[in-house]
Amino acid sequence: MDTTRIICVGVGGQGNLLASNLLGQTALRLGIPVVVSEIHGMAQRGGVVESAVLMGDVTSPIVSDGECDILLSFEPVETARLLARCNKDSLVITNVQPLPPFTVSVGQGTYPSVDELLEKFRTKVRKMITLRGNQIAEDVGNPLSLNMVMLGALIGSGATPIGEEAMKETISTMTKKAFLESNLKAFEMGVGEAKKQAD
Amino acid sequence: MHKLLTDSPGTKMLLLGNEAIARGAMEAGVAFATCYPGTPSSEIPEQFFNISKETDLYFEYSTNEKVAMEVAAGAAVSGLRTIVTMKHVGLNVAADPLMTLAYTGVNAGMVIINADDPSLFSSQNEQDNRFYARLSGLPMLEPTNVQEMKDVTVHAFELSEALKLPVIIRTTTRLAHIRGPVVLDEMKPRKRAGYFEKNPFHFVTVPAVSRKLHGLLLERDEKAKEMAKDFPYNEVIGDGKWGVVANGVSVNYVKDAVSDLGIADRVRILKLGMTWPLNKTYIADFLRSVEKVLVVEELEPVLENDLKVIAQENGITVPIEGKGVGRLSRLYEYDPRMVREAVAAYFGIDYTSTPPVDVSDLPELPARPPNLCPGCPHRATYYAVKQVYGNVDSIRPTDIGCYTLGLLPPISMADFVICMGSSVSSGCGFATATDQKVVSFIGDSTFFHSGITGLINAVHNNHKFTLVILDNGTTAMTGHQPHPGMDASPMGFDWPQISVEDVVRGCGVKDVHVVKPFNLKKTIEAVRAAYEYDGISVIISKEICPLFAKSIGKARKGRPFTVDQEKCKNHRDCLNLLACPAMFLDGEQVQIDKNLCIGCSVCAQVCPENAIKPLK
Repeated sequence: MDTTRIICVGVGGQGNLLASNLLGQTALRLGIPVVVSEIHGMAQRGGVVESAVLMGDVTSPIVSDGECDILLSFEPVETARLLARCNKDSLVITNVQPLPPFTVSVGQGTYPSVDELLEKFRTKVRKMITLRGNQIAEDVGNPLSLNMVMLGALIGSGATPIGEEAMKETISTMTKKAFLESNLKAFEMGVGEAKKQAD
Repeated sequence: MHKLLTDSPGTKMLLLGNEAIARGAMEAGVAFATCYPGTPSSEIPEQFFNISKETDLYFEYSTNEKVAMEVAAGAAVSGLRTIVTMKHVGLNVAADPLMTLAYTGVNAGMVIINADDPSLFSSQNEQDNRFYARLSGLPMLEPTNVQEMKDVTVHAFELSEALKLPVIIRTTTRLAHIRGPVVLDEMKPRKRAGYFEKNPFHFVTVPAVSRKLHGLLLERDEKAKEMAKDFPYNEVIGDGKWGVVANGVSVNYVKDAVSDLGIADRVRILKLGMTWPLNKTYIADFLRSVEKVLVVEELEPVLENDLKVIAQENGITVPIEGKGVGRLSRLYEYDPRMVREAVAAYFGIDYTSTPPVDVSDLPELPARPPNLCPGCPHRATYYAVKQVYGNVDSIRPTDIGCYTLGLLPPISMADFVICMGSSVSSGCGFATATDQKVVSFIGDSTFFHSGITGLINAVHNNHKFTLVILDNGTTAMTGHQPHPGMDASPMGFDWPQISVEDVVRGCGVKDVHVVKPFNLKKTIEAVRAAYEYDGISVIISKEICPLFAKSIGKARKGRPFTVDQEKCKNHRDCLNLLACPAMFLDGEQVQIDKNLCIGCSVCAQVCPENAIKPLK
């Protein structure tokens, strides 16, 4: 079958490892060959966390430069940092709300204009889906559900072999019961956003 | 029930590589497990820890890797199936018992898990531990995917028993931390009661005994070489005149490269699952079957050199190359594109990779280095120490743990680290060799790991410096594993707790200060007293890791803090001196993110205007 190489990137604490794990679990249940690779940095909170989900006829667990089909990014500067993993046919799904690194607060770097970044991204890849992810998560009453919003956008884009219902089933069985309702709502909001921005 | 205890053969589960190893050990009927945690191996013992609560599996977090190896050795010579896990640098610590345990051998399966870290995602070096197999004379197995992580582990116990030798399984970060489907097999029953048959002329390694044992090891090595021929995870994949030899995760890159390049009908891949000892006949046969050979192995040219020796001994003249082809080097981990390009270049395949998007016109991006968490007590301790030592010409040796991040500005409180325990012993050296003041830092787990011996040395040899023990009640960096100094009752264990203070006093330290770092004033006073003491002084800075506290339901109930914008005169001491990630600049004003702040109050104590207050 065709190969889909997905990279998930975020900041420690945003929940992107859970997102990639849920994706992997769903693929397993659907009988889609899958490998998930995760790298946690040295910090428990605040460092860059990257994972890769590879589905289909592929055995390598990581994604090289230029070979990412979908970049799912929880933070705009991290999208830029990993953009070289993409090629002109890639799909980029990105949260547009910054989580400025501490270096910016202490004046060791400047956070670039998000609008300018997004404009540049658009000229380089086939398609972009952008979301105000944190806002959506807050709107559904659970600021920690950003990962569900992003997962929703990924599935809603239709670019993976995984459908909405299958993903929702995994979320229902594998996330904390207390957050189930808000998680599902956040997921659906993500799906809706991606569909709105469909081709 | 722990998911790795699922007793239904044929079930497919998505497992982390490290979980698959633990499952393999359970399937093999492992009865005894020891470790010291270390990334990328830490998730293996975590499984045993939880499983040991539900079964009679014996498990312990030992104080260091040497201890773990020796505890395991006792069980393995008593006839219990035993596993011991550690990261690559951990095997350096355990190298002493390892080398002689290879002589005595074991009486039941003993598996040593060693996790290497090419590209140094979370390590102080990127040594290639395949040399340890060659150094010790012990067999080494290298799985290539998650399924094999489980299967090879089961096999390792069998091999260990057949040879009566410990068997090393080597993984790398990219195997330890991948998730993939694993089909479960049956679980063998555990044999939990051991018995040690005394035999001093085999197990007491005085020279006369070891002279004989060394010969025995070489005999066992010969037997292992024979067995390597039929080792089921050595495999020739495909057929053709071009040969590729690979091990571990690289096997995947090679398989994908051959298929992507459309040359599957021209390439024979020799996948080596047993990378020590090598069966020379088996490998010579492969070398004879091809016209040229590319060796794809991360880090050192270990197999490449071995293959060249085998070729020379057998009069085989096929070209054998590895390092230097394309971007294949002795540095860092490989990736699929790099391997595909190397295969294409070596065999003369016309191929152009998909170009990555051009990012040269993107603005410079701010770095996102790892940072101490919001409310981390280490930040407060560092701040207090800096108040005393900040303007003094001083050396600050540090150690391995979260607090190593104190290296980064604005804290900048780390000058030297080489390995666990080194802050104390190197502090001895710095204090004696220079006229500079020395203040060393070590965590509580690391103190028990190998800080104690350094401290005893400092007392005995009359070295004069200050040691700060950052006691956050857990082994934080690797994921909150227990250690001898922690209160394990919230985790449901009634283990005796060993007091860091008693140990320090017991080592003979006279000047000991125990402080709560969130009380900055008292902490600074203690640091000053230690600074002025003429001898070795120790400050024990005690405050639980906030993430650990949260996970055991003991989180601080403190309200988050906020900056009173009317009082704030924008000195930014809070931001510039503490660098707590809960703080951010909103325009020109410092603000505190209430979702991140845990209410430790340290910033409020630092603010010269008293502008930081608990949120109402």
